[in-house]
Amino acid sequence: MANGLLVGAYYIVLALGLSLIFSLGGVVNLAHGAFYALGAYLAYEIQRRLGFVGAMALSPIGVALIGVVIERLAIRRFYREDPGLALLFTFGLAMAAEQSLRLVWGATGLPFGIPEALRGQVFLGDFIYSRYRMAVLAVSAAAVTGCWLLLNKTSFGLVVRAGTRDPEMVRALGIALSPILTAIFALSVGLAGLAGVMSAPLAGVHPAMGTEILVAAFVIVVIGGLGSFWGVVWAGLIVGVVRGLTVLFYPPAAEASMYALMVLVLLVRPRGLMGERFERFE
Amino acid sequence: MASARDDQTRLTRRTLLKTAAVGALALGMPAIVRAQPDVIRVGHITPRTGFLGQLGEYGLNAAQMAVDETNTAGGVLGRKVELIAEDSVNPGVAVTKVQKLVERDKVLCLVGEISSASALAIAEQANRYKVVYINSGANSDELRGKNCNRFMFHVEGCNTMYTKTIGTWQKSKNLIKGAKWYMLTADYAFGHDLFRVSSRFLTENGGTVMANDMVPTNTPDYSAYILKIRQAKPDFVYINLAGADQTTFLKQYKEYGLPIPLAGGVMDTVPFWGAGIDSLSGHWQSLWYHGLTVPASQAFTKRYSGKHGKPPDNQAWGDYLAVKILLQAMAETKSTEAAKWVPYFEKGATFDILKGRKGSFRDWDHQLLQEMYVVKVKDKKDAKDKWDIFELVQTVPASGESLELIQPTKQENPCTMA
Repeated sequence: MANGLLVGAYYIVLALGLSLIFSLGGVVNLAHGAFYALGAYLAYEIQRRLGFVGAMALSPIGVALIGVVIERLAIRRFYREDPGLALLFTFGLAMAAEQSLRLVWGATGLPFGIPEALRGQVFLGDFIYSRYRMAVLAVSAAAVTGCWLLLNKTSFGLVVRAGTRDPEMVRALGIALSPILTAIFALSVGLAGLAGVMSAPLAGVHPAMGTEILVAAFVIVVIGGLGSFWGVVWAGLIVGVVRGLTVLFYPPAAEASMYALMVLVLLVRPRGLMGERFERFE
Repeated sequence: MASARDDQTRLTRRTLLKTAAVGALALGMPAIVRAQPDVIRVGHITPRTGFLGQLGEYGLNAAQMAVDETNTAGGVLGRKVELIAEDSVNPGVAVTKVQKLVERDKVLCLVGEISSASALAIAEQANRYKVVYINSGANSDELRGKNCNRFMFHVEGCNTMYTKTIGTWQKSKNLIKGAKWYMLTADYAFGHDLFRVSSRFLTENGGTVMANDMVPTNTPDYSAYILKIRQAKPDFVYINLAGADQTTFLKQYKEYGLPIPLAGGVMDTVPFWGAGIDSLSGHWQSLWYHGLTVPASQAFTKRYSGKHGKPPDNQAWGDYLAVKILLQAMAETKSTEAAKWVPYFEKGATFDILKGRKGSFRDWDHQLLQEMYVVKVKDKKDAKDKWDIFELVQTVPASGESLELIQPTKQENPCTMA
């Protein structure tokens, strides 16, 4: 069971980023997986020079900076538009990004080992835990908590939340929303980058990694409920546990289990586990 | 009125015909210009995009190298050789690509492929056109058995060869008799074929399959499987996985540090390089490895590395050899006709295959009889560079033994050529 928690950890960070920019900017970011892959590739480059801790700290920042540029140039034009346009744009961006990764780093996967200090296992009674995964869990928990505090306990968060409710009023009060949304987008893709760094030693670094994981991230967001912060966290954990149980009893369905779970949740609660009403799309 | 309309129609029709003729001429021109009868064309068809794409690139580079070397040495039958390469993509596309290669480019023979499904499609076309096709990378036993045909030959080893190679080593280390194995199998045609072959070998030699999990392809996380294995306490873990699935599993298996020894049904060098020596463990079987000490093999590695900045993998070896073997057949039969080459191959012509012993095709299923190798993942401190990941443990079959030892028997994989 606890293994599900460890499996789900970096998925949650990834899905949280996806959920953030969707609920606050109204953008369905199909390029989210590309930022995740970029995070892993940047980590590969940084790690060779500054070690894994350096990669963990700098790579998400690098991804966030690239996010700022893309947001300033393109994404910001889509906030007020039909969500379909942003969907198309980010879809194209994802494809262009994957091919660029291929051009720069080659089609072959890159080796990325678990950092020396985090190798090995921890035994608790009859259970065995990988140290690295526990570290991933700790970092993920910190990232989730940090985001929550930022959005709920700071004046920045207050403006963000007010802005999604009533942008006109926020403007009338003399607060510029556009830099705030830029920051949110940067935070969102930065989280994707962080997830990329954490997954690199587990699943390897290769150009298609973003495309492969994106669907899982969407499933988690949908199960959790669009726009719900804790919904995403819960959904990530549940998906991890359900997957683990399926492997135990019927492995061929392991990858299908999360889709079955999604169908089930949507049938019972069309808005997802903890989804709120969504004025923009209803 | 009626006749006027007729005139108009006729005019239109004539104009249309003219336009069509000019168009056809324009389209046909390049083909006419290119059809130099003094060039021997070899068709190369292999996946160059998708999950097998990285292997395909190695294959193409090596095939091109074989052609270039032949041309530098004066060509074949006094003619230059030209390689025409196509991306096979999938079985459906592969069929149209073969038709294009044979009908438009007039290639004399075909080389390539990695996916067994596409290889089957290519083989059917080759049989229809009566063009020799050498399979340089598809493993499925059925290509040599149920689906064999007179025009298809195999440089790549089949699943049984891979299984028996590692099996010979396991037997010698007494890892099979009375042992309980835990298997993980890729849940698609290739995995099923491999599971059939490897579990048969295991039970025939007195071991038991204690469990087999069918694993969906592209599984990103194996921790649940690994914990399951740990609970089951098998004597040995055997994986019938390939490509990225295999390396992801290896990585995470090492992460959990289970003490149970591990091996698998196939091994391609490229994904192993991709995983990196830190993530690897166990004994594996290899069709060809660039660390081989055979002089011809080292010379090949040196030429390839000099050109591409990295050593060749087993796929490069396969495509290089396939082209070389075809060119040798042309030179020795002094003919460009497939009808002459097939008997030449079937009568046991031998080829320098960059290994300790020469290779030759088995007459009844067209499989190249050859040595394979058991290799062991090196200690990191012994590795000279990121490609230096294996040390050679033994050659299988050993130098005194028959090369038939690792081959499927007629009973195991019956083939009747039409």
